[in-house]
Amino acid sequence: MTATRTRTAEQDLPDDRRTTYREAMREALRDALRTDERVFLMGEDVGRYGGCFGVSLGLLEEFGPERIRDAPLSESAFVGAGIGAALAGMRPIVEIMTVNFSLLALDQILNNAATLLHMSGGQLSVPIVIRMTTGAGRQLAAQHSHSLEGWYAHIPGLRVVAPATLTDARYMLAPALADPDPVLIFEHGGLYNLSAGLPVDAGPVDIDHAAVRRPGTDVSLITYGGSLPKALAAADDLATSGISAEVVDLRTLRPLDDATMGESVARTHRAVVIDEGWRTGSLAAEISARLTEQHFYDLDAPVERVCSAEVPVPYARRLEEAALPQVGAVVAAVRRTVGEPVPTGVDVPERHPPSGRSG
Amino acid sequence: MNATRTPRTARNTSLSNRQATAHRLALLESMLRVRRFEERCVELYSAARIRGFMHLYIGEEAVAVGVNEALTEDDAVVSTYREHGHALARGVPAEAIMAEMFGRATGCSHGRGGSMHLFDARRRFYGGNAIVGGGLPLAAGIALADRMTGRNRVTCCFFGDGAFAEGEFHESANLAALWGLPLLLVCENNLYAMGTALARHQAQTDLALRAAGYGMVSWAVDGMDVVAVEEAARKAAEGVRAGTGPHFLEMRTYRFRAHSMYDPDRYRDRSEIEHWKERDPVEGLARRLRETKELTDKTRTALENRLAAEIDRAVETAEQAPEEPVEDLLKYVTTPEASRP
Amino acid sequence: MTAFTMPSLGADMEEGVLHEWLVTPGDQVHKGDVVAVVETDKASIEVECFASGTVGRLLVAPGARVPVGTPLAVIEGEAAAGEPAGAQGEPVAVGARAKTGREPAVPRLRQKAARRPRHAPKSTHAGSQKEPTGQRTPAPPEHSAGHDSGIVTGPLVRHLAALRGLDLATLHGTGPGGRITRADVEHAAPPITSRVRATPYARRLAHDFGIDLSAVRGTGDGEAVRAADVRTAMRADAGGERPERGLLDGDQCAHAPIAFDSRPDERREAMRRAIADLMSRSKREIPHYYLSTTIDLTAVEDWLRRINRDRPPADRLVHAALLLKATAVAAREVPSLNGYWRNNGFSSASEVNLGIAVSLRQGGLLAPVIHRADTLPSDAVMARLKDLVQRARRGRLRGSETTGATLTVTNLGDQGVEAVFGVIHPPQVALVGFGAVVERPWAASGMLGVRPVVTTTLAADHRATDGAVGARFLTAVDRLLQKPEEL
Repeated sequence: MTATRTRTAEQDLPDDRRTTYREAMREALRDALRTDERVFLMGEDVGRYGGCFGVSLGLLEEFGPERIRDAPLSESAFVGAGIGAALAGMRPIVEIMTVNFSLLALDQILNNAATLLHMSGGQLSVPIVIRMTTGAGRQLAAQHSHSLEGWYAHIPGLRVVAPATLTDARYMLAPALADPDPVLIFEHGGLYNLSAGLPVDAGPVDIDHAAVRRPGTDVSLITYGGSLPKALAAADDLATSGISAEVVDLRTLRPLDDATMGESVARTHRAVVIDEGWRTGSLAAEISARLTEQHFYDLDAPVERVCSAEVPVPYARRLEEAALPQVGAVVAAVRRTVGEPVPTGVDVPERHPPSGRSG
Repeated sequence: MNATRTPRTARNTSLSNRQATAHRLALLESMLRVRRFEERCVELYSAARIRGFMHLYIGEEAVAVGVNEALTEDDAVVSTYREHGHALARGVPAEAIMAEMFGRATGCSHGRGGSMHLFDARRRFYGGNAIVGGGLPLAAGIALADRMTGRNRVTCCFFGDGAFAEGEFHESANLAALWGLPLLLVCENNLYAMGTALARHQAQTDLALRAAGYGMVSWAVDGMDVVAVEEAARKAAEGVRAGTGPHFLEMRTYRFRAHSMYDPDRYRDRSEIEHWKERDPVEGLARRLRETKELTDKTRTALENRLAAEIDRAVETAEQAPEEPVEDLLKYVTTPEASRP
Repeated sequence: MTAFTMPSLGADMEEGVLHEWLVTPGDQVHKGDVVAVVETDKASIEVECFASGTVGRLLVAPGARVPVGTPLAVIEGEAAAGEPAGAQGEPVAVGARAKTGREPAVPRLRQKAARRPRHAPKSTHAGSQKEPTGQRTPAPPEHSAGHDSGIVTGPLVRHLAALRGLDLATLHGTGPGGRITRADVEHAAPPITSRVRATPYARRLAHDFGIDLSAVRGTGDGEAVRAADVRTAMRADAGGERPERGLLDGDQCAHAPIAFDSRPDERREAMRRAIADLMSRSKREIPHYYLSTTIDLTAVEDWLRRINRDRPPADRLVHAALLLKATAVAAREVPSLNGYWRNNGFSSASEVNLGIAVSLRQGGLLAPVIHRADTLPSDAVMARLKDLVQRARRGRLRGSETTGATLTVTNLGDQGVEAVFGVIHPPQVALVGFGAVVERPWAASGMLGVRPVVTTTLAADHRATDGAVGARFLTAVDRLLQKPEEL
């Protein structure tokens, strides 16, 4: 059962601007283009069309065709060109329409962007930012529904980030551009319409650390990107049963913030990792391995993973829902780690019996 | 190391004979340097001192040397895994290349790259790429940066006839032509993509004709004649500098040795190789210079000795050079704070 | 009369080497007895005979390589008198074991698996503790091995086997006459102990606080012991008292963030921190006052000498038992030092449960409890003390043994210090300290002499008592120790 409520991490405070994730990202682009003339945006339909997901709407008019470049359907060429431009002193933001099409540019991303610095013995830094939309959930079927950020997080030489909140959408771009090495920014398609208040003093942010979006004591829900709202919804759900779930938003997938994840699990002694990639060889598997390596003696239950099922994402709605991580699965995983309450009757916080909902 | 600098006009009627001779001798020396260097590499590789994959430029020297004449220090060069000749012509020291192939820290890529990944940022030599066609989009991007910043520079991209089959070539050619990028595309058509003859991998083998289809100036050149190569390259570079968009040169050339040191070269007729060897660019120029008495046996010998000594020194120095310590393994994955631009 | 032949020990075996005879002519053998060792390409294998009777002539000498099926020895029919052996056998008949009629203790390769279960139960019952339900770790068979008749070995080897938890009956003796040698014990594989199913965190908690994991009931998946189960065990209280969270409270420790914990020294850190917290709190909250007195232990020593003379070393009483007993009895006499300070008031405890401060070799402190110490005879106090200290050091305490102390004693005598002024463990109101028993010049009735004395100290909570009470207590301890036979 999909959560019907979308939960945002930001509270609504007075003096906030009410805005969307999409608008926050646009604002970030605008900011970058204004402050550094080396920055330019290149990708398919970023100009005239306003961006496939509307992120760059209005930017062509503001910055002109030299800086907002519509590229032909040549992922390899324009990603490679972005790399070359970065080599030659520019600060390109290359937009690959979705991670699904990034496969056509995988050679340039891995064999050039990630590797030139090393192959040249440190001579050639590649300060490129590549933005990609990722994820499933809108019945776009198998070839348009991948979550491959885990694959990219595998590659040394790349930094991979996943902004999941409006603040991060607005403010992660700047440090990404400042990084002399390649940064991949994954924007989950389901987040663009996320609407919330963005505090005026929200930025700047770093791209080095995970963030605890919701403190808790009984279990650590570790997640990123489009799965963050689901984790928060699950935490709400669990709270009504007396289970206090801490939600950790990874924010950066490579390098992973071991310290924040680990400190959380050391306290709660239980972990559930939520990752929209396919379960086998997922980023969640990496996190589980690290938690076992670094916190074995803190774990009171095996690390659980809630990932996509081992199937290409189907078109039919119910099948797609069943294939992707959902709030119910997160709740169930938490219950497995927490187990039945220990029958002591003494000095243990009162627990309500688990609700009959199967989620 | 460039040959003596000549002014950039295509036909230099004011060129004195002496200057012309000096220039031609310089071309010979450049090509001979590449030739002797590559021959030494054969020895070293066979003695297992150079490892991994190695692809020799023997037979194609005229292209690297001739094209380089048309480029300035400001221009950029992107090449392939068969890039020893381009690197030497560009001025990357023989010792740095040798040390690189020996895996030493003094190598031009600190020993991290090897034969296929020679880089020299200062000389704007952007490698050294093991993926066929992989350098083309990079070159387009470097050219794009120049275009966007209004710098009048040429980016020269070398690639083979094999790359002509890769999507990356077509995408890059289209993009370059579409955006009018200052890109000089030099296709070294040596008739074979590794072991597959041109006619067996291209439906239409007239590559210059095909490139023209992308809307760029394009023609074919006798790649075994360094003088012809230089002339063509100068003309093309001029065109690029003048802002008429990317130019494509099909260099018709031939490699005398196999694709790589591992290749048994079974797909070529000996007779074909011999036929092309008659048009050896190095000996061809030497012969012409001897006919015009611009080159004597004595000067030839002196040249050979000088080059041999140079290469000997390069090998020796490279041999003494230290390797990076294993503790430094994880370097060069991210740019260190100190080097941040 | 039958022939004992070279057996086939594998599908591809065509010949073997007779390595060693384990019988001599004249020995009685039974079907199934191991009589020789044969070497194949792959291994040395003990081989059995398939007939019963008396060993006749040995036909093949050790070292000979013969094809499978070659007769190696003759076995005369049952009870037939064998010909006198040509070769001299060992004076101790190797077959003596066989003569008893029971199956040899030497396990054969093929039957080894079947043999084990018959002996395994023996090793768990004798000497093991009474334990509640849940996974058991079988205790070393302290006594069982010694009671096995027919196993030839010496007391040292028996002892070694007991230490290692090995059942001698399962060992192969390589000594003369099949004696189990020290080497046999040392090379034997350790017995398979069943492992408690517990989460890593639960295991760590149990270790840190000296709880015997096998005594904890698990409520996790597959009855795995979880952290909460360990805490429950710690809280389960034998006496019904529920003290405030003290040193050994798992929750206290659980809230100390431990980032990377995979090494014992980091577990020590956790304990150190817990101790630090407790000691700080004690010093912060409790106004300590200190009293000290030196007690003449001549009477104690004399009495101990007398009663210990006829006792085996294991049963001898030591000073500590008497000091503890005296403390406990004195605490009954001065109840305002035995109880808890809570909610700004003192409530005396109905029992005297003595906490014994035990320092751990790897660093850290535990305080197991002797419940109702005042009611136990000195011997019992002795036994409890030994048992608790031993198990505390091995992390084998039960939850009930770590809680409920109403008064704590710290005895650093064996560390060599003369006097110890301790820190009270809240919510208790007193801590008794004993130093080393030393010889000192002593004046009594105007005469000078040398006496064994011990400096006894009292640290007490000034909110609950004042000096006079403390003095009364120490005086009582002194008085009681002058009549050790009455303790």
